Amino acid sequence: MTAPLIQIDRLSKRFQSGGGIFAKPRVMMAVRDVSLTIGKGEVLGVVGESGCGKSTLARLVLRLIDPTAGRVSFDGTEITALSPAALRKMRRRMAMVFQDPYSSLDPRHTLAEVLAEPFRAQGEPFPPDRLPEMLAAVGLPATMASSYPHQLSGGQRQRVGIARALALNPDLVVLDEPTASLDVSIQAQIIALLADLRDRLGLTYLFISHDLGLVRYFCDRIVVMYLGAVVEVLPNTTTAPRHPYTHALMQSNFAPDPARRRAIEPLTGEIPSPFALPPGCAFASRCPRASDHCRRETPALGGETAHPVACFHPL
Amino acid sequence: MTALLDLQSVSVSIGKVALLDGISLSVARGQILGLVGESGSGKSLTAMAAMGLLPLFGGRVTQGSVRFDGQDMAAMTEAERRKLRGRRIGFVTQNPMTALDPVQRIGEQVDVVSRLHLGLDRKAARERTLDLLTQLRIPEAAAVAEAWPHQLSGGMKQRIVIAMALAGEPDLIIADEPTTALDVTVQAQIIQILGNLVREKGVALMLITHDMGVVAQVCDRVAVLYAGRLAEEGAVAPIFAAPAHPYTSALIGCIPQEAMAKGALRGIPGAVPSALAFPAGCRFHPRCDRASDLCRKTVPTTGPRGDGRVACHHPGALA
Repeated sequence: MTAPLIQIDRLSKRFQSGGGIFAKPRVMMAVRDVSLTIGKGEVLGVVGESGCGKSTLARLVLRLIDPTAGRVSFDGTEITALSPAALRKMRRRMAMVFQDPYSSLDPRHTLAEVLAEPFRAQGEPFPPDRLPEMLAAVGLPATMASSYPHQLSGGQRQRVGIARALALNPDLVVLDEPTASLDVSIQAQIIALLADLRDRLGLTYLFISHDLGLVRYFCDRIVVMYLGAVVEVLPNTTTAPRHPYTHALMQSNFAPDPARRRAIEPLTGEIPSPFALPPGCAFASRCPRASDHCRRETPALGGETAHPVACFHPL
Repeated sequence: MTALLDLQSVSVSIGKVALLDGISLSVARGQILGLVGESGSGKSLTAMAAMGLLPLFGGRVTQGSVRFDGQDMAAMTEAERRKLRGRRIGFVTQNPMTALDPVQRIGEQVDVVSRLHLGLDRKAARERTLDLLTQLRIPEAAAVAEAWPHQLSGGMKQRIVIAMALAGEPDLIIADEPTTALDVTVQAQIIQILGNLVREKGVALMLITHDMGVVAQVCDRVAVLYAGRLAEEGAVAPIFAAPAHPYTSALIGCIPQEAMAKGALRGIPGAVPSALAFPAGCRFHPRCDRASDLCRKTVPTTGPRGDGRVACHHPGALA
């Protein structure tokens, strides 16, 4: 692997909800003891279902929120220890594309104003002559600069979100379910655009998604999360999964081919509440291979360094 | 197989805007029809027309006929149509979060369907509810019946909505993107449950989806809509083996697959046109790589293809 751009070391984030003078707050670990690296130029996919902590992880990597424990280093600098001023300077090298292109653009700003915002945040003058080029890079006509977000389709809005993320020529772009609210036809357009931009600009992506099929198509390495913890890291997109949860995710993904129709063995049981995690492996309540051992002890991420898995009974 | 639901050249307008143009499709008992297309292609509107719910949106059928079990829906009174819905036609909405009343317990919301439509008393209705919840593999059905909607997960709520659709012992279920709001593992569960229902109870299912993967997995037939018109219709296996309409083929190509080469996923250029500005000729021509002058000028007629139909000037060959 190339030199890491991001190093995540034993990162945890705890949230609490409720609580008052008499009531005890409820505590959940949104991210539990996650360690990862992202190589320069790599596309790292993080996949998992709602509530698995993938979006929290994305926000921690950019330090949009502060971790409860652990460290994140960006190109050798520990960003979890930076002063606000130094962090702001560092932030020009990292950007984010959000899930919902409807709420992530200010409805009162024209596209020109939206795209000027990253420069303003860095206290730099906006070079207006760059505008046509910024729009062209994401496949939008320059004439759209004076349009408002409501005049755009969902796919066009997401292109604007990508243009905004690329404004300051970042090294890292965090993509938080960038296509989840789009039609499949538009999703494929956006993924093709992201792939072109990566090749052209040498970007590093952290790609967050619930769609393992999409992640396997687009990413180099895949991190699978379940209830805040990493359960498996697939070293490439063709490796067979070893964790029963990863296997279930793959089974849930239907190929557009009736000849490969199959009997699904759907997961039984419910996802435990993150506020009241049972002891042992968090997946045990839904796992067909779970034993008493799994319900008592939490498996650590181990096995091969290139393909670690957190399971007592891997496939 | 005789059709339970049969739409013949149905056109629909809302106000002066023509949204559906000559849609013909049918579903038989024990059959799953997938209705696919991008947002704005007319899938949900077709479902509303099938249930006689267009007046809710100020819409009306301007042409063609909707028949349910041989009866013309347009010839029925509103009271007769209302009796049909909930009793013989069950509906599963896209968003289970808003389909349930937040201030009524789960059990009561399901009970009311069989009390209203099957005339069951309170006790019998509750027994039926618990039976349905168990069939839908809801653990501890009795406890869930006493719960409030906010206490349940999304997948659980969607199963409650399906239970409500089933409570009247319907012959036809119309499910409008029933899994879009759910996690993938839960989606697989719900699709499995719906598929089993059709096979075991012999109900007809019209499954609206934008996911060709789901169609390939469970549907018997598929109808592809584009911009308010039927592009292609037929049995699932031949259509996936060799789609005739370029739009069908493009939709299948939008699903990332194992062993797909990097860069192979390109999507469909452009977007679905607005109903206020449908292009002349074939409505798909601005996004189509087979488009010719003929396509730009002349609307393609719907012709037979295998056991199905296609509306394209340059259809692909059968496999």
